[in-house]
Amino acid sequence: MSGEAKEIRCAGVAKTWAAETPRAHKALRDVDLEVGAQEFVVLIGPSGCGKSTLLTVIAGLEAPTAGAVYCGEETVTGPGPDRSFVFQEAALFPWATVADNVAFGLRLRGQNKAQRRGRAQELLERVGLQEAAAKRPAELSGGMRQRAALARAMAVEPDVLLMDEPFAALDVQTRARMQQYLLDTWRATAATTLFVTHHIDEAIALADRIVVMTARPGRIKATVPVELERPRDPRDPAHHELQDHLVDLLRDEVDKAFVQQEGAAR
Amino acid sequence: MSLSDGQLATLPHRALAQGAARSRRVFTRTVLLARLRRVGWTVASLSLFIGGWEASWALGVLDPLIMPPPHIFLAEIANQGQFFSSTVGESSSGSNFSAVQAMLSSAGRVLAGLFIGFVTSLVVGLAISLSGITRNLALPTITLLAPISPIAWLPVAVLFFGIGNAPAIFTVFLGVFFIMTLATISAVEQVGATYVNVARTLGATRSQEVRHVIIPAVMPQVFVVLRINLFAAWMVVLIAEAIGVGTGLGQLIIAARNTFNADLAFLAMTLIGITGYLLDVVLRQMQRRLFPWQPGMQASAA
Repeated sequence: MSGEAKEIRCAGVAKTWAAETPRAHKALRDVDLEVGAQEFVVLIGPSGCGKSTLLTVIAGLEAPTAGAVYCGEETVTGPGPDRSFVFQEAALFPWATVADNVAFGLRLRGQNKAQRRGRAQELLERVGLQEAAAKRPAELSGGMRQRAALARAMAVEPDVLLMDEPFAALDVQTRARMQQYLLDTWRATAATTLFVTHHIDEAIALADRIVVMTARPGRIKATVPVELERPRDPRDPAHHELQDHLVDLLRDEVDKAFVQQEGAAR
Repeated sequence: MSLSDGQLATLPHRALAQGAARSRRVFTRTVLLARLRRVGWTVASLSLFIGGWEASWALGVLDPLIMPPPHIFLAEIANQGQFFSSTVGESSSGSNFSAVQAMLSSAGRVLAGLFIGFVTSLVVGLAISLSGITRNLALPTITLLAPISPIAWLPVAVLFFGIGNAPAIFTVFLGVFFIMTLATISAVEQVGATYVNVARTLGATRSQEVRHVIIPAVMPQVFVVLRINLFAAWMVVLIAEAIGVGTGLGQLIIAARNTFNADLAFLAMTLIGITGYLLDVVLRQMQRRLFPWQPGMQASAA
């Protein structure tokens, strides 16, 4: 479980919230998804389509209502450091310094202070935060916090990295830099990565393969490989073609999701 | 774009550091000015109050036997020493010293009660929050006992502990225990689900989750409740001392009443006020040192 980059497999995964109550609603239905070892897959879909739900099921934070998730050979039954998670909000612990936040997973494993400090410094350097080690999260900008959260998730040397719209709250310039940090980290560790976003550009910038989900209840609608050289140039005509293709795939689903949400609000 | 990637990366850092230093200087000056202004108003307010009092005495409006002005009852401290200790004939130590001692013993009882209350209610509150059985068994009783005034417990405390520090500390403890237990429970409910999920995805066991996430997350909030309840605790200890302990500042009030000694009453009131204020300062400093990450801490502690 120390950074061997396992593959993730979802077989017939369904998730119904508040099952067996009058308020039950289906978030996911018949999801079959495979993410190969060391692959970078981006999941896109209209808002509320269950992409975050799928990620929490893969993380083991929620149990699927039907079907199963496999990480390598093992069935996922709960959360574990082999599948670390970067949340939409950085969720750094406000009482701990940045270095202590990064080393949190190592502390849980009983590593001593010296070991933790060395490793934290190494990880902070990789995301350009070496100066911030002794600061508290409140003193950091949004982009710095999210980088620290990425370093914290990588500290435990996960086989799989799960990311739930981690850059959604950042401005465009910061986001572009963050994507670069992420790709550098991914290249250095080769962890299998599953990244959720609803930004088509972000998906194209990052993914080996883009998986498009339908409106709720979410299913896999299409899989689009991205065969562009990294670093990717947004002005590349192939980039535009891909973008148009994805917009077409998403249009119906976004409309459907919109009608659902309007209906729910009424 | 002639800047290399490395320069780009360091540039914002330096700008940030300079900006921070400048804003810190400006901040310090503003804070200093605000503080000076506040001290000025405090002095003015006190002068007005004491001045009015002294003037009424000078004009003969107030009878010094009933409402002695500050310069009289403060000067009386040397003659009041005999009341500061319940032990008869102990006057060799000097009355100023015994005044300090009375303040210290009252303050000590409050702090001891608050400390025991803080720890116990944190433990009980966590146990109730984290285990369904504990919640079901303990919460109804705690909710029913909470509205009983700690003063009502005094006879029981004296019967149980006798005369001395213990009943006073116990009453203070009761005064904060229930409310802080309930505060702990609500603080645990407010701990962000994402914090807990972060810990779980990094491999935390249930007990690590509690130790490394829930406890540090709730401590500052529970401490705030403790600070809010300081003055309630301060009143409780005075009553406990007056009734059941026989030493401390509460005892002075009773001695003043029993001897129709207005000088002593006002002297005791002054000491009670000063001690209460100092206790608040102590807790505020503790809060600042222990939980420096709390938002608004700097502003409220200034």
